[in-house]
Amino acid sequence: MNAFLDVIWRPWPWYVAGPLIGMMVPLLLLLGGKQFGISSNLRHICAAILPTRLEFFKYDWKKTGLWNLTFALGIVLGGFLASMTVDPDVVINISEATKSDLRALGISDFTGLAPKEIFSWSGLAGLPGFVLVIGGGFLVGFGTRYAGGCTSGHAISGLANMQLASLLAVVGFFVGGLTVTFFVLPLIL
Amino acid sequence: MTAPADARGSPISRLDDTQGVDSESKETGPGFFTYLALGVGLGIIFTKAEVISWFRIQEMFRFDSFHMYGIIGSAVAVAALSLFLIKKMRLTTVAGDEIQIPPKAFGRWASQYWIGGTFFGFGWALLGACPGPIFALIGNGFSVFILALASSVFGTWFYGLVRPHLPHD
Repeated sequence: MNAFLDVIWRPWPWYVAGPLIGMMVPLLLLLGGKQFGISSNLRHICAAILPTRLEFFKYDWKKTGLWNLTFALGIVLGGFLASMTVDPDVVINISEATKSDLRALGISDFTGLAPKEIFSWSGLAGLPGFVLVIGGGFLVGFGTRYAGGCTSGHAISGLANMQLASLLAVVGFFVGGLTVTFFVLPLIL
Repeated sequence: MTAPADARGSPISRLDDTQGVDSESKETGPGFFTYLALGVGLGIIFTKAEVISWFRIQEMFRFDSFHMYGIIGSAVAVAALSLFLIKKMRLTTVAGDEIQIPPKAFGRWASQYWIGGTFFGFGWALLGACPGPIFALIGNGFSVFILALASSVFGTWFYGLVRPHLPHD
């Protein structure tokens, strides 16, 4: 019983979460012949709601993407269900080294899933909030479509299928991520 | 990938237009609730493993913990083993269709992957979330991520706008 309660209330270790995420690949293939990848939904949303004459968005989004939009809706719902077991003021158990680096950048509030002084409606008015939320979101959407996939499509599905293209994309993810972490965040935080 | 001779003059016509678009669905596929349930499972995993936390992504990019590497690494291992078995045993979908996984288009420089990937990396480290976690964070009640989602949709639209002018081979 205690082990069961632990699963509900405590964070899950990597060796539980990773294999479960990996199982999405065969489950989607076997159940529907679908490839695991979430960022295509951003394109489907464009095709569905943005009035556009761009060639890139002229396709039958219902036929190709309705399953994936349903999957994404499920992720929202799953996030909601799991949030009932997570204290909104949880302190994520990150390493002390990261904490002291972030303190040096001026982050003082370590409660919650993301720094509240930046990732909040009031934080958006400041430069860090605007750059991280709006700029970060834009670059995620632009980059993932240019690269043809995101963490799920390239780092998990693509690497598992031994695609050199996906390895190059993942190297790019880290070149970009390290650049921002060590050279851009010190400038804007 | 060799381009057909008549398409050589125009780089855009050589592009695989279905890249990044999911394979066409069959009428016999599983329904709404199957995909919804799988998504619910993934949203729970993302939240419980703290993959959706900006702090965890910072920790990853600073190489201060094994947590994210363990998650991505073991996910790849399980997915790769599954794909091996699916191919080896020639498994079909539950509807009996052949399982096809088309290889990624690969030009001379494969420039879209590393250039696009680098842009994605900029965004991933700023936002602390990739597309899956963006959806999970909205479910977690982080309402400001609705704006991040809107911005990422706009980023994808902007890619569609400038796509003819970007290198893809």
